[in-house]
Amino acid sequence: MKIGVVTFPGSLDDVDARRAATVAGAEAVALWHGDADLHGVDAVVLPGGFSYGDYLRAGAISRFAPVMETIIKKAGEGLPVLGICNGFQVLCESHLLPGALIKNHHRKFICKDQPLRIENNRTAWTSDYDANHEITIVLKNQDGSYVADEATLDRLEGEGLVVARYLGQNPNGSYRDIAGISNERGNVVGLMPHPEHCVETLTGPSTDGLGFFTSVLKAVVAS
Amino acid sequence: MARVVVDVMLKPEILDPQGKAVHGAFGRLGFDGVADVRQGKRFEITLDGEATEEQVAEIRKAADTLLANPVIEDYTLHVEGDQ
Repeated sequence: MKIGVVTFPGSLDDVDARRAATVAGAEAVALWHGDADLHGVDAVVLPGGFSYGDYLRAGAISRFAPVMETIIKKAGEGLPVLGICNGFQVLCESHLLPGALIKNHHRKFICKDQPLRIENNRTAWTSDYDANHEITIVLKNQDGSYVADEATLDRLEGEGLVVARYLGQNPNGSYRDIAGISNERGNVVGLMPHPEHCVETLTGPSTDGLGFFTSVLKAVVAS
Repeated sequence: MARVVVDVMLKPEILDPQGKAVHGAFGRLGFDGVADVRQGKRFEITLDGEATEEQVAEIRKAADTLLANPVIEDYTLHVEGDQ
């Protein structure tokens, strides 16, 4: 079982994502933005950071990287893809997920431990959580405010595609407190907070993030 | 060499935190009578040659796919000198 983690110019959390994959029991494979070959991985993580310096819009330029052409095609065929933070922004810019992420409404960078509720545990990345499981993982972002038109928000909620919601005070202005969403098939998930930083007690507020990585192992074995 | 200008703005219903920050600074600096500020992006694209219909159509395609995100932004495009 191989989990590939893409490194774009300006990615920051690719090493932690590879470590989380390893802690979960997978073989972590480093993927390069300029290489369209996925090297036989069973799932892909698009990590956090500031790819291309967030120039133009966060994720806007990464979307056109050679590796993304393959990922967009394979995601359509069911490849599990998790976009964390900047990776979530790339997924929205790629139109693999609806909506967009804009600057935090208070205009400040956030870095805190954030409680969330996992509202959809039927995706490839969340099956190891109980329904409405409450977890606390790291949130750190600048462009973390999830926006979409009312019809899209209604559809996401109506079809149960909201994967995670912020608990307590809304940290960044995201519409309807949305922290993460998935596509209809449940193989593509975008999440603003960082599960990869929360897999070991030494360095995170919890190990609540590990479930994303153990879930995908089971999803791949089951398919 | 012709120049095509693309102006990108956040859609009116999308919150613009940067515009809000600028608006706040207006007030602090004593520039009164300002109801709202919205911040956008302007791209000045210099072509190799003339702004033919085909060339402008290409730039429009670039605006649709790269320069603006239609989920949150609108854009206008004009050839400089045309207006």
